[in-house]
Amino acid sequence: MGTFLTQLGDSAGNIGAAILVTVEATVLGAILALVLAFILGLLARSRFLVVRGIARTIIEFFRGTSLYVQLFWLYFALPVLGFQISSALLCAVIAFGLNFGAYGAEVVRGAINAVPKAQWEGAVALNMTGFQRMRLVILPQAWIGMIPPFNNLLIQLLKSTPLLSLITVADLTFEGQQLRAATGQTALSYLFLLVVYFILAYIFTLLMNALESVAKARLGRGGGLRGLFRLREADPTGRSAGAGAGGGA
Amino acid sequence: MVLFEQVVKRFGSNIVLDHLDFSVAQGERVTLIGPSGSGKTTILRLLMTLEKVNGGVVYVEGQPLSHMKRGSQLVPANERYLRTVRKKIGMVFQQFNLFPNMKVLDNVTEAPIHVLGLSKEEAVDRAKQLLDLVGLGDRINQHPTSLSGGQQQRVAIARALAMQPDVLLLDEVTSALDPELVADVLNVLRDIAQSTTITMLIVTHEMQFARDVSNRILMFDKGRIVEEGQPDKIFSNPEHERTQTFLRAVLEER
Amino acid sequence: MNTSIWDWTVVEDVIPLLLKGFAVTLLATVVGSVIAILLGLLLAMARRAPTRLVRVPVRAFVEFVRSTPLLVQLFTVYVLLPSLSPFVIGASVLGIHYATYMSEVYRAGIDGVPKGQWEAATALSMPRGRTWQAVILPQAVRNVLPALGNYIISMFKDTPFLAVITVHEMVFQAQEYGSDHFRYLEVFTLAAAIFLIASYPTSLLVRRLEKRLGH
Repeated sequence: MGTFLTQLGDSAGNIGAAILVTVEATVLGAILALVLAFILGLLARSRFLVVRGIARTIIEFFRGTSLYVQLFWLYFALPVLGFQISSALLCAVIAFGLNFGAYGAEVVRGAINAVPKAQWEGAVALNMTGFQRMRLVILPQAWIGMIPPFNNLLIQLLKSTPLLSLITVADLTFEGQQLRAATGQTALSYLFLLVVYFILAYIFTLLMNALESVAKARLGRGGGLRGLFRLREADPTGRSAGAGAGGGA
Repeated sequence: MVLFEQVVKRFGSNIVLDHLDFSVAQGERVTLIGPSGSGKTTILRLLMTLEKVNGGVVYVEGQPLSHMKRGSQLVPANERYLRTVRKKIGMVFQQFNLFPNMKVLDNVTEAPIHVLGLSKEEAVDRAKQLLDLVGLGDRINQHPTSLSGGQQQRVAIARALAMQPDVLLLDEVTSALDPELVADVLNVLRDIAQSTTITMLIVTHEMQFARDVSNRILMFDKGRIVEEGQPDKIFSNPEHERTQTFLRAVLEER
Repeated sequence: MNTSIWDWTVVEDVIPLLLKGFAVTLLATVVGSVIAILLGLLLAMARRAPTRLVRVPVRAFVEFVRSTPLLVQLFTVYVLLPSLSPFVIGASVLGIHYATYMSEVYRAGIDGVPKGQWEAATALSMPRGRTWQAVILPQAVRNVLPALGNYIISMFKDTPFLAVITVHEMVFQAQEYGSDHFRYLEVFTLAAAIFLIASYPTSLLVRRLEKRLGH
């Protein structure tokens, strides 16, 4: 135990850097996923069958194949086709973005569908264009419903980042294994690792709760700060359903 | 048969029953009337042990229901004791509360088989008789969700009777029904009242029905009985001012 | 060695290996699902236990397990219990991980059964065990079947994680063949295709179930 703590102190710098790598991969992956989620989610509601078909195919493809396989494909197989992604970290961020973007698209679609029909009719009555309707009326209401399922996806993404250690990136899991090798303390090293991940997940959840409170306050539905410290809500539809079934929100 | 002794029931700071005393004799049919929030439904729920008293004691057939005897003392009843005493009581709910995962027949046989220990044949015989009685003998293999509200409520009545309770509690049993379905349910209950000697406690807004089947009416207000008497007297010639205004309001609604 | 980008002889070569691995993948999914379905229910019921002494630790366990990475959990158990076979560890950890998710699903399902159902059971003097068995669970489980189905599909897609503890499932086979022959494009493309072929129709089935149950 003593040597473990000494070693932990010695590697504090490395571990700190590794946490930053993990957080960086999570945040960048989440941003890419968010962008893709909105693009795919909106395209999947297009009037045009072809557009809808393409969006759906992309969504189903990335939901239907495993993230693990997608990452390995990008990392090992894509270079064979002549495309070498410059860094392993970027490779992972792209895989996270594509995979979670596909799940997120279902969240976006579900939340938009959940906006009451009267709101659409109201916007039509005000003679808004389709783009205005979406930007001014529908999305400002829909995005609050997206926050809890997005939070679930964000934590899933964070929990997927140990994949980085399998493609040579010195992330938190990688450093945890170094710690284990250096101290020989298997149980303590892994317990430490799990606790750090748990804390990271909790911090992300707190941030998302804060975002939700702010969003609700703006819409005048405030629950105030009371809900801030609660843990994640259950996702009764399961990850692969996203909010597509309307239950994730 | 049923005895309330200084019963107090609070929800938070809201006192629903305030040192209530009353009794119901064997075979008597008593209707509780009064404005909503006056504690009528709470009385039924206490009798069904769905709520716990905050003070006083409830007795059924001389046996304490809210409490149990430990030596010479009365202590709050535990779950095991409650399971034995609540068998004497049956209840029909406003929202029917049929089990949607079971067919009509299974709704009625479930408790007789698994609580009373009847054989399947006995339970089925009894259930079929009761379902005939409520006019649904031809629906035994349907699921409750495929029935109308009135039919569901009649199944619920059969289900309660299948346990052969000594006391039957009817909690606003027609309030959730469409107006045209009310009569069927009330007719079934009239039949049961006439053909059996089962003790009944009824909470209802159907004043004509109350008048037809009850031996006695209790008028409640703010957790206390403000007036009681035979139906004819209460409905034709109420004495208390609260009873007069209440009945006027109810009858004007019609 | 063939130098073309896509080599069909590699495909012929590797498919039997992948299918052999796929059998392990399926078995892990099935074993993991059984554990998750049963343990998840147990955890959900424990969170309704009358005493906090049960509720609080169970809640802490569920939150901890579902907030930490499966991959690290697999490593942890793998190095701590070296006597168990990787497959047993892999399927169990997968099952326990998803049990915590499923317990939340069951909980939502149980909370979704109207209070009147509990009251009707009380009014019929039904004992607690019988009430759970005959009244509450059949309704709760029916409502959450699609969600459980979705989690099983998720589990299926997470089975490649078992490769890190040397379980010879499909992706392990793909990796091994890939590094031995330095042919990655074919093996990972095929692995992805097999996942898609297996999971897409299954998710369509779950969606149909969802519709039928009126979600």
